[in-house]
Amino acid sequence: MFAEKVIELLKEAERNPDTIDPFNDEKIRQILEEMHLLFKMNMNDANATNENKSLWTTVQVRHSALERNKRCLLAYLYDRMKKIKTLRWEFGSVLPPDVRELLSDEEYQWFSKYSTNLASYMRSLGQDIGYSGIDLTENLKPPKSLYIEVLCMADHGKLELEDGDVITLKRNSRHFLPTAECQTLIRQGVLKQIV
Amino acid sequence: MDPIDDIELSEEEEEITAETVLKTLQSAWQNERLAPEILPHHNDMVECMLGQIQHMERNINKLPKTDLRASIHKMELSRIKFIICNYLRTRLNKIEKYCIHIINEERQRMESGTNYLTPAEFKYAQEYLLNMESHLKNVVLDKMPGNMQTLELNKMAIYPNLQTHVFLKANDTVSCVVLEDLVGDQDEEIDLEEGSQHILQYKPVADLVKTGKVQLV
Repeated sequence: MFAEKVIELLKEAERNPDTIDPFNDEKIRQILEEMHLLFKMNMNDANATNENKSLWTTVQVRHSALERNKRCLLAYLYDRMKKIKTLRWEFGSVLPPDVRELLSDEEYQWFSKYSTNLASYMRSLGQDIGYSGIDLTENLKPPKSLYIEVLCMADHGKLELEDGDVITLKRNSRHFLPTAECQTLIRQGVLKQIV
Repeated sequence: MDPIDDIELSEEEEEITAETVLKTLQSAWQNERLAPEILPHHNDMVECMLGQIQHMERNINKLPKTDLRASIHKMELSRIKFIICNYLRTRLNKIEKYCIHIINEERQRMESGTNYLTPAEFKYAQEYLLNMESHLKNVVLDKMPGNMQTLELNKMAIYPNLQTHVFLKANDTVSCVVLEDLVGDQDEEIDLEEGSQHILQYKPVADLVKTGKVQLV
């Protein structure tokens, strides 16, 4: 059937709306193959229709199938781009290896481009008044209190605080830190907030 | 004046201006969060506030760590920072979502000098669209049969839903707001009194939001 594979592709992607699946290289290749096949058949028939109008409907149906395939493939990629964008906000510019594996090479390229673009925008903020830019990926949640208690989940090494103090983050150690400075580490999973 | 002099004094001096800046910023933020489309930027306010933050941070650092005032000011600062970040982030989200639409509109607005985006935001939007196009092209479009390879941007564009309803409060008395009747042709006119609250469709009040006559709540 026409355009059946592409629907499978979209349905698979839809199954996990919050997480990203591995890039489905194989299926996309199959869909593109189907498109080429349809196109070839259309070319043959279209050349033949000059004399014979009876094939015209077939050509039209195939053409809509092609259009549909294209539309759905673009939708698939666009949806993945949206998910990749959220990865940038969650993990910062460096992806953990297990997440990195889920992206195709082109998608990873897109991710780095997106990341660079975002970074250069953030750097440009407030440049006129001598600011070196703001990191918009901080302050994702409204601040509730100045300091929070955190539990260290992994050995991270030394962390220098804004006021110059240096603390060592060791597994299972507890700290009382300024909220602003441990947000990134919390998102990376090094620290965990204890309520 | 030497800024070391007295933190209280310098605070007092700025309060009048800093407070209005913060208020404008807050209402801009509120409008941006609630409006379906992108609004004119308030870059001057953001920059002014950033300067203010820098100044206050320097003052706070001069206080001893244990001073109560320091932590109260710090808390306030982190709230303000959150507002700024969230404001800019909301704008970025809209720019990304309605990218094609916004760039097209913005090109027209730039000719008339009433641009909504800051130069940096516009650059970001263009770059974003470019990256998206090249990604789509590289991955699938170039591998498709010849007549399918073009990317039809107009078909891809997402438009903000201006027909959505918003809660709003009138800052000034505005008379004769025309509410279009989409089905029939009985347009309705209403007056907004100062301080009154309404639920209306966004489209008829869009200009009022942009000029600050009404505040979305």
